[in-house]
Amino acid sequence: MRPRHALLALGGTIRREWLRTLRQTGRLAAALVRPLIWLGVFAAGFRAVLGVSITPPYQTYVLYEVYVVPGLAAMMLLFHGMQTSLAMVYDREMGSMRVLLTAPLPRPFLLAARLLANVLIALPLVYLFLLLARLWDVRPPPLGYFAVLPALVVAGLMLGAFGLLLSSLVRQLENFAGVMNFVIFPAFFASTALYPLWRLADANVWLALVAQSNPFTYAVELIRFALYLRFEPVAVAVNLVAFVVFFALATFGYDPGRGFWARRGEA
Amino acid sequence: MTALEIRGLSHRFGRAEVLRDVSLTVEAGSFTMLLGPNGAGKTTLVSLVTGLYHARAGEISVLGHSLRRDPLPALASLGVVFQTPSLDLDLSVGENLRFHAALHGMAKAEASERIAAGLARFGLSERAEARVRTLSGGTRRRVEIARALLHRPRLLVLDEPTTGLDTATRRGLLADLRASAREDGLAVLFATHLMDEVEAGDPVIVLRAGQVLWRGAAGEMPGGQGVADAFLALTGAA
Repeated sequence: MRPRHALLALGGTIRREWLRTLRQTGRLAAALVRPLIWLGVFAAGFRAVLGVSITPPYQTYVLYEVYVVPGLAAMMLLFHGMQTSLAMVYDREMGSMRVLLTAPLPRPFLLAARLLANVLIALPLVYLFLLLARLWDVRPPPLGYFAVLPALVVAGLMLGAFGLLLSSLVRQLENFAGVMNFVIFPAFFASTALYPLWRLADANVWLALVAQSNPFTYAVELIRFALYLRFEPVAVAVNLVAFVVFFALATFGYDPGRGFWARRGEA
Repeated sequence: MTALEIRGLSHRFGRAEVLRDVSLTVEAGSFTMLLGPNGAGKTTLVSLVTGLYHARAGEISVLGHSLRRDPLPALASLGVVFQTPSLDLDLSVGENLRFHAALHGMAKAEASERIAAGLARFGLSERAEARVRTLSGGTRRRVEIARALLHRPRLLVLDEPTTGLDTATRRGLLADLRASAREDGLAVLFATHLMDEVEAGDPVIVLRAGQVLWRGAAGEMPGGQGVADAFLALTGAA
């Protein structure tokens, strides 16, 4: 693999994903409206019920809206990862996945290029949401908007790799609804996206344990700490390790010798 | 020179054996027809030749490069048109081709030049900006063939590319494809179950139930008058 060839292919993949996404205006609007509804409706309602006491990285009592914004940013990445995973299953059924995989480049590289392209596409939307959140008085330090960029990329890659892994496991498009119910919703609700860990522990010790072993929790915390200019080594480590594990399993799934294709023969 | 060589290829999905000890060659410059009824294993064979997954046993080499040990040069010299349409419907014709060019490591100037030439060759110059979704089935197939030839492969593999097209469109497409292959000295492996697409001089490989039943020139097929009868007699469907 020549570096120039690899760069051209990566550029072409980003361009393709970008064009495809831009033309799905409904999906773009939904991706932005979803967290805004959570923020404007759900958070407003829960504000009275859930006062959030001092919990790192916050140094004072914070309003519920302030607490929930990083979790909603992570939710955007989670849903985006799942939607691109759904697109991969669709592409596989439609055949365009074959075009990608018959390119004369190593298959893990092709999968990584697509993963990276999809994460880069999600970033402008997440930033737009973070800026709109200022209307709800969620105003992290200005430098936080820069510091959160690498956190969003790392969390996005981890969640995207998880989606890639799912796409290698889900055999048919129809099964995806089940995946959403049994994977995405538990991942989101049993995490620190909506409630801090101590509150989960108050409610149920087991729930807190689940949240603590949920990689999505660490995606949320990585974004939360970075947005408030704090470095959280545990969250960084968990995200990186989870990314490596998910991506390795996904490339195994797409491997021509051992993957699902050789066993099942679907296209 | 042999463009494609397959030796002792066997594959199974679970317990179902789909290919058993298949051996065949496609010579440079030949238009080889892979004939077989539905379910004969043609699509599995094409999937294996394009490296989508590996066979349980046997060896495939493209221009002397083993798909298993040396897949990248093998894939670089291979062009494919799959049975299922594989264009991005929401992208324009040009955008689809540019994506393919990038995957094959072509820089922008070179890609633009080849895309223009490829579109002109298949009468598609006017459609470069059109979204694929707005095109007819026959036009989409032309785009896919132009795309498969963009990186100047030495071997072109097509899996029932004319399925679902009307007779006139099929004939036109096949004539253009044959002319193109002749001009470029391209080796073609063309999988089909439509006998009227075969010409008497074409090398033919007849596949049934995962096994090679017969190989030779189409005109020499035993057991009937004309290719279609001979095919039916051979595959035992008559």
